[in-house]
Amino acid sequence: MLLNTVSTKRWTLEPNSRLFRAGRTGGDRGRMPAIEISALRKIYDGRVVVHDLDLAIEAGECFALLGPNGAGKTTTVEILEGFRSRDGGHVAVLGHDPAKPDRRWRSRIGVVAQTTGAALDLGVAETIRHFAAYHGAPRPADELIEAVGLTEKAGSRVADLSGGQRRRLDVALGVQGRPELLFLDEPTTGLDPQGRRQLWELVTRLRAEGTTILLTTHYLDEAAKLSDRVGVIAHGRLLEVAPTAEFGGDLRAGATVHWRTGGLVHEVATRTPTALVRDLLAETPDGEIEDLEIRRPTLEDIYLELLATADGDTVRPAASDREPGPPSQSSSPSQSGLPAESELASESGLPRQPRTATRSWS
Amino acid sequence: MTVATGPATGPAAARGPDRRRAAAPPSAARIARARAALELRLYVRARQAMVFSFFYPIIMLVIFGSIDMGGTVAGGVTYVQYFTAGIAATGIILNTFQQLGIRIANERDAGELARLQALGTPAISYLAGKAAQVLVTTVAQLALLVVVARYAFDVPFPVDGAHWLTFAWVTLLGTLAGTALGFAVSLLPKSAKNADTIIVPIALVLQFFSGVFFVYTDLPGWMQAIASVFPLKWLTQGMRSVFLPDGAASAEVAGSWEHGRTALILAVWVVVGIAICARSFRWRRAS
Repeated sequence: MLLNTVSTKRWTLEPNSRLFRAGRTGGDRGRMPAIEISALRKIYDGRVVVHDLDLAIEAGECFALLGPNGAGKTTTVEILEGFRSRDGGHVAVLGHDPAKPDRRWRSRIGVVAQTTGAALDLGVAETIRHFAAYHGAPRPADELIEAVGLTEKAGSRVADLSGGQRRRLDVALGVQGRPELLFLDEPTTGLDPQGRRQLWELVTRLRAEGTTILLTTHYLDEAAKLSDRVGVIAHGRLLEVAPTAEFGGDLRAGATVHWRTGGLVHEVATRTPTALVRDLLAETPDGEIEDLEIRRPTLEDIYLELLATADGDTVRPAASDREPGPPSQSSSPSQSGLPAESELASESGLPRQPRTATRSWS
Repeated sequence: MTVATGPATGPAAARGPDRRRAAAPPSAARIARARAALELRLYVRARQAMVFSFFYPIIMLVIFGSIDMGGTVAGGVTYVQYFTAGIAATGIILNTFQQLGIRIANERDAGELARLQALGTPAISYLAGKAAQVLVTTVAQLALLVVVARYAFDVPFPVDGAHWLTFAWVTLLGTLAGTALGFAVSLLPKSAKNADTIIVPIALVLQFFSGVFFVYTDLPGWMQAIASVFPLKWLTQGMRSVFLPDGAASAEVAGSWEHGRTALILAVWVVVGIAICARSFRWRRAS
């Protein structure tokens, strides 16, 4: 193999790339921020779980907050929802301090939480009709049931619903009051693929109506599909906030070229996939290159990379304290070394997302 | 429903915020009415509540009434007549304090209360819905009890208007006290798993100490002393003044029905329960 375009599999995050520069999308909407957070801090038993968090979410925006379990996502969201107190910082949600919730304010926000339950002995439609009484202008019950895909289960008892179906009911009850701001805390956990698609359609429609949405999710494709911006939180700190399309900055520039020769799988990470393919083609004047693919990193790849970088940096006092350093060297293609073989791919833990279609016999 | 799949910045967004969003939330009273209707439906559907709080007093009456205890309680009162009063009182406590305390603890544990909080439900609407459910089911339960006692066991109805009036105020005050204490006791269990274990023994011990299963004056002094602090003893005594002939008053510890003291002590417990609840009511599990 005479390839000369080889690099390490791991791109290093450049510290000064896009970190902490909150992006804007959809042009200037010219509205008040729906959520403003500055220096938010939460301490449990002497442990700082939310660490001087700064964030602004525009009205009408869909913002996805990503992060591993225990990163501080739900704590942050519950502070914004007015369910938890904070230990420091300033927070305004729809211009109101959530630490002093009142009914009028609550009526303007919708909550799909992970901790809410419904009476098991009630029917689905019965539950939704009951909760209509809590809102000034509830969405029509039938419309709501259909939007979350529970029409066939409308007459069933809540006790007889599956976990995913109960999640749909949670979503229905969260949006019933036509909230201006909707908190969706892992809304599709437990849903089947069809259920996820239905929820995505609903969220898309809510956005079209102008609803501001703060979404937390573990599904990166969901964040990519729905959000204008994403933020990654780990160890109580925001690692990166960026428009979804630009998220990852330099991490995004890389690509992986994948092909096979006989039983050997090759995977090469490179910033110049075209050059690499040109070389490959030159080596293969006729016949097919088996399983040739160029893969761009998915949001999930970038996310995992970011977290890996953050975990590697635990010695550093704070991500936000980093000095802007020189551009990282390791992200540029190296001129030496061997092609990264398939073991490398599994070593780096990158998921194989079938994003790029394999070109063959077309 | 058609789902807009176009970009978020399409014509819908240009319409601006939905004007209906400005609608004010409904009044606390309206939500309380909706809750009361819901609570009644849920009560009837919950088999456990129906057996252990609604029908339980009837079952007890049938058992006690069917056992020939021989002789009479002092004053020519039959045992079944004496125990009907105690069972009426215990039914109120089971249906309020016990059923309510366990149910609220369960609802809190299951996140049903967290949902109400998220919807901005006034706590008073929730509690009023519970109180309404308890009042309606208690009245139905007592009506059934009185009829069964009368026609199956020859326990006479309250003899005149004055006795019916006593029946009404004792029932109302007892229900309010039990309800307020049910709200309060629901805060004790850390989780729903502990709710039965904590709440049922309290109710059970009070039944033994308060003259429900035994003639009160036969109980040792220390049991009487403990029982007289709590509402069930006074509720039971009040019910005896409803179902027993006036002459039986002389057989009471004080030699009279002590209506004034009964009303006062029950009212104090109403206030205590409400105060605990107002101070410590929470929508979520203790974390």
